[in-house]
Amino acid sequence: MNTTEFSGLLFLGSLLAGLLGALTGLGGGVVIVPLLTLVFGVDIRYAIGASLVSVIATSSGAAAAYVREGFSNIRIGMFLEIATTLGAVFGAYLTTRVPTAAIGVIFGLVLLYSAIASYKGKHTQEGSLETSKLAGLLRLRGSYPHDGRDEEYVAQRVPAGFGLMFTAGTLSGLLGIGSGAVKVLAMDQAMGLPFKVSTTTSNFMIGVTAAASAGIYLSRGYISPELAMPVMLGVLAGSLTGAKILVHANVKTLRTVFALVIVVMGIEMIINSLTGRI
Amino acid sequence: MRLTDEKLELAVGRTLQTGVLLAAAVVLIGGVLFLIHSPAGPRAEYSQFHGVARHLRTPHGIWHGILHGDAESIIQFGLLLLIATPVVRVMLAGVGFLMERDQLYFWVSSIVLAVLLYSLWHIR
Repeated sequence: MNTTEFSGLLFLGSLLAGLLGALTGLGGGVVIVPLLTLVFGVDIRYAIGASLVSVIATSSGAAAAYVREGFSNIRIGMFLEIATTLGAVFGAYLTTRVPTAAIGVIFGLVLLYSAIASYKGKHTQEGSLETSKLAGLLRLRGSYPHDGRDEEYVAQRVPAGFGLMFTAGTLSGLLGIGSGAVKVLAMDQAMGLPFKVSTTTSNFMIGVTAAASAGIYLSRGYISPELAMPVMLGVLAGSLTGAKILVHANVKTLRTVFALVIVVMGIEMIINSLTGRI
Repeated sequence: MRLTDEKLELAVGRTLQTGVLLAAAVVLIGGVLFLIHSPAGPRAEYSQFHGVARHLRTPHGIWHGILHGDAESIIQFGLLLLIATPVVRVMLAGVGFLMERDQLYFWVSSIVLAVLLYSLWHIR
């Protein structure tokens, strides 16, 4: 295979990942690393670098669309970004020190979690209005359009949410992913924010979190222009296309298929890491 | 307050989108140049990690590479633009909070910005 064919295949694979990620809401970034390592035999550190870059592209590229829907909460997002960016810097340092086999195993577990989390039916539907001292002080509240009127909500269990966000940031920096699943877990389950608010706020936090590890990745030589070029362009084109057709498509079957793909990739990442191939 | 928030966010969102498209265009130009000049024969191997060439790790090296017409440096410059978009996002949000006279969230944004700049300080 020559360089042009290789780049072309990387582009097509990334395009498909971005498309499926946007259509199913699972995010395309999470499958880029397994795609590069398992299918194309790329070292996991180069794969993580290319993946991180594509995560920034999708998050920033879709920012305007999310705001227009009126669900995202800029203050809660910004406050929690303190935790995710600190976590991301910590995670990026870890990546340069932890053996690649350990990174592979953790990656596999996160893939399995992401697939399972997408099937958890119980989400916060109505936010609570109970205001703790911390939530009041930081004004962690808002309202969102629901059934034709504005529904109010206040953030619950702020320290637990903040802690989980640090974990989400660490995973993002360690694995080069957006870790949207953990961010949603923090806001939806721990902080009791309405599900729509959690997912859209998570989406705009992902880019800022990823940028916090990018400098460290770049200085360590993880970001290869030859690999990042087709991957970033592919994921971006795929996710923008996916967001456009999202409204018309019936995604239930697709979601199940993609979740199964993620599970298989997760198991393969773990096996390959344990047998010394990653 | 909500309305101003949304207007501000929308403006920021559009800026980000423009930044991403600009970055993607630069990466595409560099990519096409790279593929035109790529040698025939089998592709490079990435199964062993050596880290990319030194000059592709710093803005100074990347700029130097661009001046010499190095395609990989052009791609890397596009990626730098991309990495800058969330940083700009946080800066604009901080300015927005200041305009709304929301001191608390101006400082929250400043902390996030400081963490981002600390990370980027590695590539000086």
